[in-house]
Amino acid sequence: MTDAKPIISIRNVTKKFGNVTAVNNVSIDVMPGEFFALLGPSGCGKTTLLRMLAGFETASDGEIEIDGQPMLGVSPNKRPVNMVFQSYAVFPHMSVFDNVAYGLKVTGVQKDEIAGRVEEALSLVHLEEYGKRKPDQLSGGQRQRVALARALVKKPKVLLLDEPLSALDAKLREAMRLELVRLQHTVGITFVIVTHDQDEALSMADRAAVMDRGVVRQIAPPDELYEHPNSLFVADFIGKVNMLEAKVAGQSGGEMVVEVKGMGRVTVPHDGAASGDIGIAVRPEKTVLSVEKPGEGVVALKGKVCDVAYYGSESNVLLDTETGVQFISTIQNDARHSALSVAIGDDLWISWAPGNTLVLAE
Amino acid sequence: MTDIVAGRRRRREVNPLEYLKRPWMWLTLFGCFVFLYFPIVTLVAFSFNSYKRAFVWKGFSLEWYEKAFNNQALHEAFINSMHVAAVSTVVSTALGAMLGLALYRYWFPWKGTYEGIIHLPIVIPEICMAVAMVIFFWAVGIELSLYTIIVSHIAFTIPFVAVVIRARMAGFDVSLEEASRDLGASEWQTFWFVTFPYMIPGLVAGALMAFVLSLDDFVITFFTAGVGDNTFPVKIYSMLRFSVTPEVNAASTVLILITLSLTLVAMIMQSRWTKGKKE
Repeated sequence: MTDAKPIISIRNVTKKFGNVTAVNNVSIDVMPGEFFALLGPSGCGKTTLLRMLAGFETASDGEIEIDGQPMLGVSPNKRPVNMVFQSYAVFPHMSVFDNVAYGLKVTGVQKDEIAGRVEEALSLVHLEEYGKRKPDQLSGGQRQRVALARALVKKPKVLLLDEPLSALDAKLREAMRLELVRLQHTVGITFVIVTHDQDEALSMADRAAVMDRGVVRQIAPPDELYEHPNSLFVADFIGKVNMLEAKVAGQSGGEMVVEVKGMGRVTVPHDGAASGDIGIAVRPEKTVLSVEKPGEGVVALKGKVCDVAYYGSESNVLLDTETGVQFISTIQNDARHSALSVAIGDDLWISWAPGNTLVLAE
Repeated sequence: MTDIVAGRRRRREVNPLEYLKRPWMWLTLFGCFVFLYFPIVTLVAFSFNSYKRAFVWKGFSLEWYEKAFNNQALHEAFINSMHVAAVSTVVSTALGAMLGLALYRYWFPWKGTYEGIIHLPIVIPEICMAVAMVIFFWAVGIELSLYTIIVSHIAFTIPFVAVVIRARMAGFDVSLEEASRDLGASEWQTFWFVTFPYMIPGLVAGALMAFVLSLDDFVITFFTAGVGDNTFPVKIYSMLRFSVTPEVNAASTVLILITLSLTLVAMIMQSRWTKGKKE
């Protein structure tokens, strides 16, 4: 993958709507066969970026190349990409078959070839039996499959998906995630998916770009985004995080001494350069709760339990810590009778190994 | 004892949801119905009168219908009406649909004002429209004929069609057009395969509305007609001036029938389409 040419190359792309900059100097390379996610809160510019790939918006500045071809001035119907719309946009007056055949029909594919390719596409999404149905006789999930088949039948170089799972209920959404990954492996097409749901991006994508107010904050595989976020924004957006304000007090070798507000000096492993005001953070599931003060070699804080949220397989314990910052600790309910029973008002210690500390420059 | 009395009282009270037991509701319904339909029912009933006085019932007969059907002038007027209504409907539906679509899709400076002005002919008194038309035709030097009627009808039915199309397009999902483009269709293909089919119910409703408006119109037609160019309503009016015989009733009943059946067709088509759209 290292020496392959990117299938999508976005270089310094900016999009302005009047005074509003929706996408600000974004550069992304997507490799062939990759499942790539554009992730961010609503209004971060991820959909605008996707629409620029599809050709519905024109970049105010910068260049987009798809499959080596510059896309400036190329209209949506001439681009080697196809899109699955958030509303699915299945044509209501056409049968499922006609919907899937549409993209072939308008581009002049022979009739006998159309039938075969439509059958193939429908079987890919398990809708072989539904060709004659009208969209209003389908469930939401089935309509989405029609939208998928309709795009895939065109054999695009890249499939663009705009929040494809947001309109489905929770159970179906879970199933569709696996289904989309399976589909991508089957067809081997590059997928670019836009989502605001970090779980979706983490579970499906090979790599994701985290966007914030038009800017790309980090592009990395899911585990790296989670374990090595490069900024407070990414750490906070991807999963839950407990954050403390700190100042760099010294750095030597692979270690850094930080002065944490309300806590004193803490030594954490850190390779990169950092100075001045930073944040240190830890994921809730990487913390340990104990009644006794934990031994040396860990970062520990005293706290009082102020809430316990039970989720079945796990519980989130909310503590008011001595630093004045609330901490969340996730504990696994891996036995029916937990050794540590936590009640509101309990005084507990929360601790974690220094290696689990995230050092976040603002 | 007091309990029983209370029980009786309660039984006499009408439950808020038992509105069928409320006499004033029935009275309102009945009163309005009579007010609306008494003249029309009378008109239709007396068209079957065998006596030539329009107001004295003598017995059932179809002779006035026969007479009306054999009335050459009425025939001619009817054909004129159909001619005018058909041509003006085709033109005003096409223009009105384009206008409605443009207003739905595009923004341009002064759009709000433009829209308001476009819809004005709906509320401008018809007599003013009529006078304006005639004076315009005179000023430009166009001789009044069937064609001046057609032009005037096109002018006053366009806003109705545009309103209907606009209302229809309000429920349109723009991503359908984007999907079509994305799948390789040109703008023209997208319009014919995706947008136009969606517009059809609106087009049918708008066209029927334009047709009925044109067919029924009296004031504007009366003013803009050339000498001897009678349409059906104008002819009925002139018949009324000579003698009030049940032939007028018969002719009017036919007009009512045409209008009603067209409206019925429109309603049936509308309900079919909306049924098809339901989840």
